[in-house]
Amino acid sequence: MNFDPVPLLLSVKLAAASAVILLVLAMPLSFWLYFTRSPAGYLARVFVNLPLVLPPVVVGFYLLLLFNPSAPVGHFLQQVFHLRLVFTFEGLVVGSVLFNVPFMVNPVLSGLESLPRSLCEASFVLGKGRWTTFWRVLLPSIRPSLLTGLILTFAHTIGEFGMVLMIGGKIPGVTRVASIAVYDDVESLHFAAAHLYSAVLVIVSFAVLFLLILVNKRFARTW
Amino acid sequence: MAAFSMTVRKRLTAGDTAFELDFCIDAGGMDCVALFGHSGAGKTTLLRMIAGLTVPDEGRIALGDRVLFDSAARINVPPQHRRVGLVFQEYALFPRMTVEQNVRYGLARDAGGSVDSLLETFGLAPLRRRLPAMLSGGQQQRVALARTLAANPSVLLLDEPLSALDPVMRTSLQEALCSARRAMPVLTFLVSHDCGEIFRLATRVVRIADGSITASGTPQEVFAAPGDRMRVSGQVLDNRKHGAINVVTIAVGEEISRIALSPDEAEGLAVGDLVSVSVKAFNPDVRKIVK
Repeated sequence: MNFDPVPLLLSVKLAAASAVILLVLAMPLSFWLYFTRSPAGYLARVFVNLPLVLPPVVVGFYLLLLFNPSAPVGHFLQQVFHLRLVFTFEGLVVGSVLFNVPFMVNPVLSGLESLPRSLCEASFVLGKGRWTTFWRVLLPSIRPSLLTGLILTFAHTIGEFGMVLMIGGKIPGVTRVASIAVYDDVESLHFAAAHLYSAVLVIVSFAVLFLLILVNKRFARTW
Repeated sequence: MAAFSMTVRKRLTAGDTAFELDFCIDAGGMDCVALFGHSGAGKTTLLRMIAGLTVPDEGRIALGDRVLFDSAARINVPPQHRRVGLVFQEYALFPRMTVEQNVRYGLARDAGGSVDSLLETFGLAPLRRRLPAMLSGGQQQRVALARTLAANPSVLLLDEPLSALDPVMRTSLQEALCSARRAMPVLTFLVSHDCGEIFRLATRVVRIADGSITASGTPQEVFAAPGDRMRVSGQVLDNRKHGAINVVTIAVGEEISRIALSPDEAEGLAVGDLVSVSVKAFNPDVRKIVK
């Protein structure tokens, strides 16, 4: 049996990169969605949640069209930043960041919305603006939600298949992540390898969800 | 100290009923104005309008020469710039900050006092490293008050600050409030249901019902001439005939009393009725409570 650990490492690398980048990017987005009263906020919430209902393959297909170097966006990225997002690991990271937005933003938003409105108001009355309130009062109060977002994003990326296959292809050592390796091995009747990848994915997913539940329990008790 | 004037109107909905809040008040100097009235009368909304958290439909709010709100001139100063201190009913302490960090958060850059002196004044120095969840209700209330005063507000708004506390704690915090106001004299609006509290703290009372002022004056003027009788309100728990008399059980505050009434007097008193019980001022039994 020719078992190659690289796809598993790629999956973990992709998941960790997506989760960390998304944690940073989700902050300004959640800030805006939480405070805005403009109708654009509703529209933005639809876009945020779109990846939840769309088949991943569809998201991957559109991203492929968008990032393709002969398309305007892809061309621009290639010319200005020398960044090629189709069939590269960077492309997978960008795709999975976009695809995981709801898994990070939703827990953060629901954490923010579960806080009493008076926390915000107390901070305003004490002369503090929205950013100060957000960073110093609101975010520290929803640490379990931030952790939930991180863990969900990580776990969801580990399991992603359709979108990754669309924009990454399956270049060994570059974009052939564990879920694709399973598919490949089954297709070429390497069941032992497929079993091994699958087992590792099951164990990782189980461990991550177990961690999630543990974290929420612990925070719930000390809260 | 700046004079305060406020004329506001706002349509409010409380449950299924809608009513219009129509309120006009002038206060000056270091008044402590108590807003008194049953729940849903619009007292908290008034405080929120002064703080800038609720926008009146129309009106004008001015503090000295500063206009905080003027619907005609389209002025609505945001809460951050009003220099108004609001102590929330549920305190709204920041859960992930220690006592000291909560108070420091409120500290205005140009405020004279330091965090240490505030913690000292409110007896919080030994608790400075605790999180709000590790404090009693009374301690949380003192943190909320210290944090608000740290911002050096021009008006202090207290929304039923003592309602969640037991009577002993109430009394001691009323004293703390009195001394805090002596140390840092500031125009204060106090929402309260408690006549005793109002007598202790307030220099003026405004009675509000359904959004408008029904009485205004000193506590003595508003709470009907103290003098000839003592009146408390309570609730009937039981009404039972005992031979020639009726024994009526009435809950007043935390006390339950049994009162003998003639059948005529007791007639029509049903369990759950709200009643007022009065004692004539002549020769009641008054004894000092020794703690």
